[in-house]
Amino acid sequence: MASFDVIFLGGGPAGYVGAIRSAQLGLNTAVIEREGLGGTCVLWGCIPAKALLEAASIATKVKKAAEFGVNVGEVSLDFGVAMKRSRDVSTKNSKGVEFLFKKNKITWIKGTGTIGAGKSVKVATAEGKTETHTATKALVVCTGSRVKGLPQAGLELNKTTIISSDEGLLLEKAPKSVAIVGAGAVGCEFADVFNAFGSKVTIIEVAPRILPLEDEDSSTEVQRSFKKRGMDIFVGAKLSGAKAGKDSVTLTVEEKGAKQEIVVDKVLVAAGRAPNVENIGLKEAGIAMTERGFIKINERMETSVKGIYAIGDVAGPPMLAHKGEREGMIVAEVIAGKHFHALNYGNIPNATYCHPEVASIGITEAQAKEKKLDVKIGKFPFSANGRARTSGETEGFVKLIVDAKYGEILGAHIVGAHATEMIHELVVARENEFTIEEIDLAVHAHPTLSEAIAEATLDAMGRMIHA
Amino acid sequence: MATKVSMEALSPTMEEGRLVKWLKNEGDAVKSGDVLAEVETDKAVMELVARGEGVLRKRLVNEGDAVPVGTLVGVIGSASEDITALLGGSAASSAAVSAPAVAPAVAPAPAPAPVATGGRTVASPLARRLASDAGVDLQRIAGSGPGGRVVKRDIEAAMTSHPTQSSANSTPARTGSDFTDIPLTQIRKTIARRLAESIGPIPTFYLTVEIDLSRAAEMRAAVAELGDEFKVSFNDIILKATATALSQHPEVNAHWLGDSIRQFNRVHLGMAVATDDGLIVPVIFDADQKRLSEISAESRSLAKRARERKLTPAEYTGSTCSVSNLGMMQIDQFTAIINPPECGILAIGAIEDKVVAEADGGFTVRKKVKITMSCDHRAIDGAVGARFLQTLRRMIENPLMLVY
Repeated sequence: MASFDVIFLGGGPAGYVGAIRSAQLGLNTAVIEREGLGGTCVLWGCIPAKALLEAASIATKVKKAAEFGVNVGEVSLDFGVAMKRSRDVSTKNSKGVEFLFKKNKITWIKGTGTIGAGKSVKVATAEGKTETHTATKALVVCTGSRVKGLPQAGLELNKTTIISSDEGLLLEKAPKSVAIVGAGAVGCEFADVFNAFGSKVTIIEVAPRILPLEDEDSSTEVQRSFKKRGMDIFVGAKLSGAKAGKDSVTLTVEEKGAKQEIVVDKVLVAAGRAPNVENIGLKEAGIAMTERGFIKINERMETSVKGIYAIGDVAGPPMLAHKGEREGMIVAEVIAGKHFHALNYGNIPNATYCHPEVASIGITEAQAKEKKLDVKIGKFPFSANGRARTSGETEGFVKLIVDAKYGEILGAHIVGAHATEMIHELVVARENEFTIEEIDLAVHAHPTLSEAIAEATLDAMGRMIHA
Repeated sequence: MATKVSMEALSPTMEEGRLVKWLKNEGDAVKSGDVLAEVETDKAVMELVARGEGVLRKRLVNEGDAVPVGTLVGVIGSASEDITALLGGSAASSAAVSAPAVAPAVAPAPAPAPVATGGRTVASPLARRLASDAGVDLQRIAGSGPGGRVVKRDIEAAMTSHPTQSSANSTPARTGSDFTDIPLTQIRKTIARRLAESIGPIPTFYLTVEIDLSRAAEMRAAVAELGDEFKVSFNDIILKATATALSQHPEVNAHWLGDSIRQFNRVHLGMAVATDDGLIVPVIFDADQKRLSEISAESRSLAKRARERKLTPAEYTGSTCSVSNLGMMQIDQFTAIINPPECGILAIGAIEDKVVAEADGGFTVRKKVKITMSCDHRAIDGAVGARFLQTLRRMIENPLMLVY
């Protein structure tokens, strides 16, 4: 039994960042985590997936190397090595968080926590013991989320032929054929990886387009690129049957009224995440939930129970690591009684790391229309950008949704190489309320991909130079 | 680098200026902000100040000459600098800028008196654009961004909040917007159109009240006993009471903008002053926030400087409502003409001793003043004007209310 100022229940991006910031602010801090530090992001999401995507990117580039005068001979791919490297990167990052805990004198309690009376937590430790720890100032719930599969569509995860991203990140070799159900960020990233490593990829999405939360132009651009790379894509498609055999799965897909049977080695279910709200004592503590089943919080991250806070995926969408990290910093500042800046949930970037990459901030063109906003669209294709031509990565564009009267950047959408890096110019612009004029006035180095952003601002003002 | 000295638009309506007197000679050293010349505008004699440093190299306009706004009148540069290029460009520049500074038919948001500040106002580019478009004064907004930076949400909050307090004892909050625009309802539009057809572009009606000044007289006498520095006039008391009453009746403290009515949350009280050249209406800004002594001093100073034609444009633009007083000229009662886009003006008559019947059947003598309010019926209905005058009467007849 130990007493701390603050206890974080969960060591993912929200919890570990919150813990480090708490320790920086002089609070005696503990984190309860049963798995490795870093959570889904470090262990089962962002980091290992990006390592695989990098492998996919290299594979794609090497295939084109001869065009650049670089002869590499016959290229062979080894998914197992790529996967091993991915796990190594993940482990390194998790160890990195452990090091940061030591550096900041944060206690990692290894085990599964349940909220007890007051601000106490009962922990079932890895060694099978039960301990109780108490937080004097605050208890922060950051238990994250998990893949839940699509049992309603007959896709109960069996972890062999019907798998989630968790198992997808442990496969020793790329399946011969794979169906990816759900074409959001996760689905598109796995499609990219498997395609690059030679799998026959079929994407099945219920919405009318892949990446349905992105701007329609972004979806169209990626869809075109994926089809060119030989993927089969069903959109607006209903999954009306799934039969799992020993080494294969038979799916019945309905698209535009036509039924079709597809047989694949594996199905990767990339739709549906559920917050981890069960068996952690939320109900017993009397903590209020939202209609969608997340913990209800205010802008100070406070739950309905005094002294108990919630951050990250468990506290509501968007379920993104960077959103959780920011909430972690805010909760630490609130608990330490510091001034904090409320998180602007309308300015959290989205990033999908498939090729071409997709990144966005703010609203889409369709949302602007829905809200009847008077907007101008500024768009510039990478095919007209010098730097993109030099690297042979001319897919994609920069698209800005701009308020017609004041030049406010209401939305920005980038598809193309390095889109996920480039989006931050626009995130910073929006956070500081720069208008397109300030973007235009800032000189952009030549030749860079970022020039496409400057050109898109010019397009919105009706005076594009290079197209 | 040489700096051009141009005839500036020293008042919002100024199209040309007469250079009355040069205060610097060619060859004199000048600093930025130095007065170079006196210029007579359509309303006053103003100062033309240097915008650069160095030596006044050239005077291009003779004393007594009138030139259009924008005309090059002189050049400031270093003693050795070649300024022929600038002089050569003078003809072109004067032609290019001879377009008159257009005075809009409907005055936009009144330019508040420039507020001297220690530093710059920190605001996001977007907030600046929104504020300038909405006529919101950034310096009066508490920023909620990092380091107190004014951001979009602050401007939006300022534009939507309208502290129209009607409680007699409360002062409007100063954190919100300076005004609230009330879109015209259909009935308001019909009233405006029909009445204008009937009586002219500003359908005016008049409300007269006779107000008892007994207590105001007592107060005046009581404070005057404390010393000369405490002396105030009846006019000062009426101005103070009017400002306070206006702050409680934004529906009267308003501008008619054609497609909306702008109700002000601040009271900038115009006071008509007769000068040898004609009428001018200097403004007591934020009059409701000022103490009686401040109003007294300011009104006296404004009147004096108005007669000397020394007012700056900022001092006679931006009133939200006005008062005219002809009592000192023994006018019993009169009607004043509304100064658009304002919606009302008060006309103060002479103060007279009057015989008044008492409740017990006897009679007494009391000081009385007749105040007539001219109301723009498009914006103000009879009952609305009457309610304002009820408040005003309460204030003047019970001047202790003014210190509440």
